[in-house]
Amino acid sequence: MRIRSSVVLVAVAVGALSACGGGDDGVAATTTTATSDDGGLGGTLTVFAAASLTDVFTDLGERLEADHPGLDVRFTFAGSSALAAQVTQGAPADVFASANRSQMAVVTDAGLADGEPQVFAANVLQIAVPAGNPAGVTGLADLAREELALAVCAPQVPCGAAAEDVFAAAGVEAAPDTLEEDVRAALTKVELGEVDAALVYTTDVTAAGDAVEGIDVPEAERAVNDYPIAVLTEAPNPQAGAAFVDLVRSEEGRQALADAGFRTP
Amino acid sequence: MRRTREPGVPVPLLVPAVLAVAFLVLPLAGLVLRAPWGELGPQLAGPAVGQALRLSLVSASAATALSLVLGVPLAWVLARSRARGRSVLRALVTVPLVLPPVVGGVALFLVLGRQGIVGRWLDQALDVTIPFTTTAVVIAETFVAMPFLVISVEGALRAADARFEDAAATLGADRWTTFRRVTLPMVAPGIAAGAVLCWARALGEFGATITFAGNFPGTTQTMPLAVYLALQQDPDAAIVLSLVLLAVSVATLLLLRDRWLSRPGAAA
Repeated sequence: MRIRSSVVLVAVAVGALSACGGGDDGVAATTTTATSDDGGLGGTLTVFAAASLTDVFTDLGERLEADHPGLDVRFTFAGSSALAAQVTQGAPADVFASANRSQMAVVTDAGLADGEPQVFAANVLQIAVPAGNPAGVTGLADLAREELALAVCAPQVPCGAAAEDVFAAAGVEAAPDTLEEDVRAALTKVELGEVDAALVYTTDVTAAGDAVEGIDVPEAERAVNDYPIAVLTEAPNPQAGAAFVDLVRSEEGRQALADAGFRTP
Repeated sequence: MRRTREPGVPVPLLVPAVLAVAFLVLPLAGLVLRAPWGELGPQLAGPAVGQALRLSLVSASAATALSLVLGVPLAWVLARSRARGRSVLRALVTVPLVLPPVVGGVALFLVLGRQGIVGRWLDQALDVTIPFTTTAVVIAETFVAMPFLVISVEGALRAADARFEDAAATLGADRWTTFRRVTLPMVAPGIAAGAVLCWARALGEFGATITFAGNFPGTTQTMPLAVYLALQQDPDAAIVLSLVLLAVSVATLLLLRDRWLSRPGAAA
């Protein structure tokens, strides 16, 4: 998981440098798009999704593949902003699911989203502490304690932007020791016991299992992150993309999201 | 056998060499071409840039100094000692070269973190906590960069003529004196080259630093971390920051090269 961030960095750097690259792969993927005889979907479906969606989307992707034997679903999970940058640089994706509206706006502003993006889930911040809560953290006010080792996401990434809103709403002067590059990095430091608390998403606490405990933050209601999803205009396989979006927004998809700790509309 | 030399570079060497230059230089040209020159002033005026740059230069220099103090003796041991298991030792100390730096960062946590094997003791007995401090930045950079120094100094030691050392020994110098007065001056250019490599690697270090030292402006946010985070929000700012880092490192290397590296090896 930690390796992923540097891979993404390289991918973004390469993407940024080859300003007009990426199109070739898209063309190649289109030619492999085939509709099988039973009217099902085929070819390759490429989904770019926020890192927090890793478990749910992988599961939903497998279900879609099971329904359409000719379909190969591939995911790239990373920070929404990195993914938005890749999409605008011409990465050959069919679907983009962002962890907040502003990164989806990067894609819609570039005219790359097919239709209005649909909000399919919401995530709310929670305090994560190592199992046993050694520092006795009880609420947001503890994140102002200088003597504790605390991690918060950097303001440049969605969970950090949300954290700033929450702190502002609560009037808490946070004293973080590190501003993490993505939410999973913050969570890792809790899992390792290297920080006493971190502000992460409820879904991350759910995913971390027993190593991490979650503490609800009433003030977090002020900064709920909406997750929009859209099929992309340059999608090599738009039919499969639409099918995936439908699955995510179906009752089945909503249940899977709820199980992972997301709120669903 | 004819000893006349054809002028110029043979075509089988020239073509790949030109491709190599293009491969290495074009991305840099891309950065320069895409740079938002009009925004350069405002971008650089922010306090964060100066802070990150200063931290980068200080921590990379500290990491290089630490690498010199520890790495040169290690290179000597690898090149000169007859101890068994040297090849295993060499393989071990070069592992950071191939280890993904983020994994290196986690490994540093496991040893020097608050819950780490050594770090737990430091934390409890001495009240010293390393992660999320500038010290952690220097440690992470040293971990990743020191092998570059060790490898080049070891190469220089192997290439150096050991007969000078033998001569010093026959004249009554002990091994420590021989090392200081004969070996060290002989391999000085190799040490300088290794130090430059080490410094450059430390300056660009990202993965181990952001993992082990975290990211906080003024304390642990070096330039590569600032670039990465800028990229999340404002790619133009990231390009500007990269250019600053690029300019500083190229300027430093040129300066050192004139002052230091091109000087012929001053043998004793």
